[in-house]
Amino acid sequence: MSQQPRSHQPRSTASGKSGSGKSGTGKPAQRRGQQPAAPRPGLVLDVDRSTPPVLLHSGEQFRLERLPAGRSRIIYPPEPLPGLEHPDEAIRDALLNPVDSDPLPAQLFSGMKLTIAFDDISLPLPKMRRPDIRQRVIEAVLDLAADAGVDDIHIIAALALHRRMTEAELRYCLGDRIYDAFAPRGQLYNHDAEDPEGMVMLGETRHGEEVQMSKRAAESDLIIYVNINLVSMDGGWKSTATGLSGYQGIRHHHNVKTMRNTKSFMDQENSELHRSNWRQGDVLKSAGINIFQIETTVNNDLFGDGPLSVLAKREWEWSAKDRATFLGVKTGLDRLPPSSRRRILHSWEAPYALTSVHAGEVEAVHKLTTAEVYKQQLVSVEGQTDIVLYGLPYVGPYNVNSIMNPILVMCLGLGYFFNMYKGKPVVREGGVLIMTHPTTNEFHPVHHPSYIDFFEQVLAETTDPIEIEQRFETSFATDEWYRHLYRTSHAYHGVHPFYMWYWGSHALEHLSQVIIVGGDPATVRRLGFRPASTLADALEMASDVLGPDPSITYVKNPPLGMADVT
Amino acid sequence: MILQNLSGQRIFITGGTGFVGTALVERLLRCVPDCQLVLLVRDGRRSSAEQRVHKEILRNDCFDRLREELGAEGFEQMANRVQAVSGDVGTDGLGLDEAGRAALASCTTVIHSAATVAFDSPLDRAVEVNLLGPVRIAEMLHELKVSPHLVCVSTCYVAGNRRGSAREEPVDSNDFVSSLDWRAEVAAARRSRSDTDAESRAPDRLREFGDRARFELGSAGGPLLAERTEALRKEWAHARMVEIGRARAASVGWPDAYAFTKALSEVATAQTLRSYGDSAARLSVVRPSIIESALLEPKPGWIRGFRMAEPIILSYARGLLKEFPGVPEGVVDVIPVDIVVAAIIATAGRDADTPAQAAGEPHIVQVASGSRNPLKYQRLVDRVREWFTEHPLYDQHGQPIIVPDWSFPGRGRVEGQLSRAGVALRAAEKVVINLPLRGAGAQLGATIEERRSQTERAKSYVELYGTYTECEAEYGVQHLLTLWESLDPTEQALFGLDPAAIDWDAYITQIHLPSVVKHGRARSSPSRSSAEARPDRLRRAVLSPERHMAAFDLENTLIASNVVTSYAWMATRRMPTSERLRFAARTLAEAPSLLAQDRKDRSDFLRSFYRRYDGALVEQLDEDAVEHFSAMLLARSFPAAIRRVREHRALGHRTVLITGALDFLIQPLMPLFDDVICARLGTAVDRSGRLTLTGQLDEVPPTVEARASILAEYCSAEGLLLEQSVAYADSSSDLPMLEAVGFPVAVNPEPRLASIARKRGWLVEDFRQAKGFRHSVLPFATRWRPSPTVRGQA
Repeated sequence: MSQQPRSHQPRSTASGKSGSGKSGTGKPAQRRGQQPAAPRPGLVLDVDRSTPPVLLHSGEQFRLERLPAGRSRIIYPPEPLPGLEHPDEAIRDALLNPVDSDPLPAQLFSGMKLTIAFDDISLPLPKMRRPDIRQRVIEAVLDLAADAGVDDIHIIAALALHRRMTEAELRYCLGDRIYDAFAPRGQLYNHDAEDPEGMVMLGETRHGEEVQMSKRAAESDLIIYVNINLVSMDGGWKSTATGLSGYQGIRHHHNVKTMRNTKSFMDQENSELHRSNWRQGDVLKSAGINIFQIETTVNNDLFGDGPLSVLAKREWEWSAKDRATFLGVKTGLDRLPPSSRRRILHSWEAPYALTSVHAGEVEAVHKLTTAEVYKQQLVSVEGQTDIVLYGLPYVGPYNVNSIMNPILVMCLGLGYFFNMYKGKPVVREGGVLIMTHPTTNEFHPVHHPSYIDFFEQVLAETTDPIEIEQRFETSFATDEWYRHLYRTSHAYHGVHPFYMWYWGSHALEHLSQVIIVGGDPATVRRLGFRPASTLADALEMASDVLGPDPSITYVKNPPLGMADVT
Repeated sequence: MILQNLSGQRIFITGGTGFVGTALVERLLRCVPDCQLVLLVRDGRRSSAEQRVHKEILRNDCFDRLREELGAEGFEQMANRVQAVSGDVGTDGLGLDEAGRAALASCTTVIHSAATVAFDSPLDRAVEVNLLGPVRIAEMLHELKVSPHLVCVSTCYVAGNRRGSAREEPVDSNDFVSSLDWRAEVAAARRSRSDTDAESRAPDRLREFGDRARFELGSAGGPLLAERTEALRKEWAHARMVEIGRARAASVGWPDAYAFTKALSEVATAQTLRSYGDSAARLSVVRPSIIESALLEPKPGWIRGFRMAEPIILSYARGLLKEFPGVPEGVVDVIPVDIVVAAIIATAGRDADTPAQAAGEPHIVQVASGSRNPLKYQRLVDRVREWFTEHPLYDQHGQPIIVPDWSFPGRGRVEGQLSRAGVALRAAEKVVINLPLRGAGAQLGATIEERRSQTERAKSYVELYGTYTECEAEYGVQHLLTLWESLDPTEQALFGLDPAAIDWDAYITQIHLPSVVKHGRARSSPSRSSAEARPDRLRRAVLSPERHMAAFDLENTLIASNVVTSYAWMATRRMPTSERLRFAARTLAEAPSLLAQDRKDRSDFLRSFYRRYDGALVEQLDEDAVEHFSAMLLARSFPAAIRRVREHRALGHRTVLITGALDFLIQPLMPLFDDVICARLGTAVDRSGRLTLTGQLDEVPPTVEARASILAEYCSAEGLLLEQSVAYADSSSDLPMLEAVGFPVAVNPEPRLASIARKRGWLVEDFRQAKGFRHSVLPFATRWRPSPTVRGQA
């Protein structure tokens, strides 16, 4: 087993962007005891014989795996950046001194129609400790609106085709004060993209893409959009052009063709998805829609200083206490029934700190915001790999307080994780993606009804995104029952599982094989992937495709990191 | 001789649709040139005698050989030699009309092979058909003033329980038998029937039948329970008459009512004919022993109906019957049907009166193998075991079934074992059927029930047929052999009737057992494909575009919830925490009585339970119902069931939800269906001017039998056909609805319905909740907080 790695694979010893990173090949022992004053950037570590087993998330459980020495590397995300010391002041400052825009007070006047839209429950992940940034920002906005004597205010959860948030979730995001003041009067509600009376068409882009929007928002004198920019895909024109839109508008960029021309959707420069949203933004502008965009970023502090802090640490730096804590947490979770595990993990609230807030004109604001996101998440990586390895965690954007069903597993791994790159994918074309997740045949009956049918009816016939799009999308998207559930219950739109599948279509085209370690065999096969019971088996299976001793890159995530591959 | 005497003659035959009758008709048509056959056949429930002749006789695989030899056209022509006459040997005058009487009068030979051969037929039926049948024929011939040759098919077992030789002589040559007055027996049997009938109507009995019906069907509603109760009464009376028959037969020395009535019939027919003096028809009696599949004619292994040995052999091969009583060195007197048929034809075609006939006595021919070519019980058992060891049957999992060794136990021991097993299984069944089980659990009930009925069947075989394997009588065949020798070589080639021709080993292993397995449709290969095809086939029928309507029950068919959990959810929605605990305690304490009430009468239960909604604010309920939709209905829904509703709708079927749940609770489900039929509570305005519920149902709730009539009305109003409709339901209280439609589907059935569905071959669907989602044990609402919930722009 001591064979040399394949020569054509460049070995990388990349450092973080700031240049203060450590060499990845250094002996872990040398690092022990070092206490850097500033947060350390991301790191690519070459695995050698002294590298301890590494932590992989696997749904609501954890695995410790030893990676093959000499041909594996691990990408660690940067450590959390320090948060703003006075968030409320920073917010107020951003509102009063916006970018490329008049100060907010100057745009507010008595008798105006004001609509405040905000990112829904899919952000951030996991949910943040209270008060949520959205509450802080909207409270600040409402103070200014009250000063200006604005009465006609609607607050809308800009959830596009996501599920309606529950009362408890709205209260959590916005606080009881806002909820109790607005909800009873019908001024705080979830966006309804299927309300025939509540949506308007605003025109078409030069590419013939229709632009659709909430009527209330479109008829407002001002839309204030409150965003949390967790990853570089979020924000910009996507907030309003997608968040307040409906199927008629969204289908123009949420499709296989767009996603296959989007490399990646986390890299705005190379994203057809973003270009399409920006074109729709132009239509919004020319339709006279007045938008005041407020974007915020948070740091990478998902697990805080408490017992879960071990999850954010680099394995060779684990102390004896860390190891004991980890063992305790792992054993505890392993012994619990799945539903209890899920409840416990979903109740976790991350102690994120606000790292930036910018307000003003959409595109100008978004440039600044994206830079902030990159500052926190980007890791330089040299060269691609044969096998990329992910440990999928318990939560993704679409299963907050819900169940990570098999389709969401596909989307998290092949959509979100795979696309966390700039430049080139971490894995070479024709490479293999291995992820760890139990991938059980479990669904939330209220949140994901069309997913169940998608799994039973569509995936049973084909997993080819193009065929799926052509044969099945329209019937699910226009189905009256799904529409009813989306509008009155808490179901994702009928078309949503299709978008999940399209999200992974770039990866499906790029990869030669996908293996899920620990996945339920029947379910994994239905997805068109291969199940493996251990990582060693999965690597063995990958070798069948790639030849002996392929290079492996484990992207440790969470906390969030984004590979800048050269 | 035979050919000369029978060719071109008209022959009257009864019992043509039976095992022997069919083979007889075929053989006569094939081997006796130009003979014309007049078949006495009862009209069927839906088909005339003539149609039955074509359907049940000429289309039987017995005629495959003829069809092949003659070609389609030739076969048509040959069929013209057969004339059907409507009538019944069980009624006086044979039920013949003028044309029938003329047809009978024109015949030169009458072969009477009609009988109720079931050894467990009720005494009165056996008397009417077996005993009086030939007497009525004799009377009719006398009335018509004709005297053809009358050949009656009887049985060797008229000799009764005896050891040693039984010769071909009249039954009443025994003094004791001749002392029996057959007319008195007829009168007694008829009296027993009316006594039994009266007894079955006694109040205590009727109550017993009612309880039993309720046990089987649960709260399936008045009409169905009444129907079942009456059926149980008839079944009881039938069983009682069987018991009376067996007891009477045993008391006078016959193994069962069949042999007993056949014996008396021989006496009665001879006496009747004697009373007509010289002008009477001459009488021959052919007595076969146990008739089994054909040795050669029309093809080896041909058999019709499920006869005596087959169920026993299959029960053994399936591992159900571990032992069967019998004496290893005893003789099992089996005779292939083609030998019996040949003997009947040869007897019918014999030349002149025998000395016995000249003396006014019947000429008797026994067709048995025991004395000429005996088959020892040990040999039979060995061959059977060897054969099934080599060609095992397979269980539903595709595993071969190992046949047990035979220990030749006494009858008492086997019966004891089987009745003990039966008692244990009955007890288990009683427990399981009363447990609140569903799906796989309920299937356990069905399995136990199947096991129990198999055991009971095995026991009845032992009771019925045990005597035959223990019988040590040796039936003489002197007349048969004389007959054989009197045939010329051509006839001998056509009508082989010497039992010595049977090679028992070859007959058992190459002819009989393969035929039994094929005929019994036993699983003789490990493939499971055929077992899986059935639900698929039923599902395809259910989802055929031709269907008109699909009706769905709600509780446990579409969602795992019920009116009580819904009420608990609604009631707790606006309750403070302390009150919730008290409510929980109260509800749990009430649960058993609620359950019992529900089981007893669903309508009464709903009526009284819904009183709890008295005074509830309509506006508040409507608001809470929206949350109830997500938290209770969808959260506990069966996604596959909802998908099925949508599939029906996509196929253009009318989809209807029919439920005893309240309208405001299922309001959000309405978009799933074309129509909803549900319960509604009355409304009133309270003192503060708000609309409240009265807690009283406006109309009869759509439950139990009301569902069937509501659906029937719905269908006729909408121009839909019930027989082209599908119904989905989970409980036996839905039985009236399931029975009303053409395509019933049992969804996650409770044990009673599971058992009914299995017996009737209904499609059973196992719809489950989405996996991984767990809701709280108590169906309590997340607490409503005193500011209205977010309802969007609605």
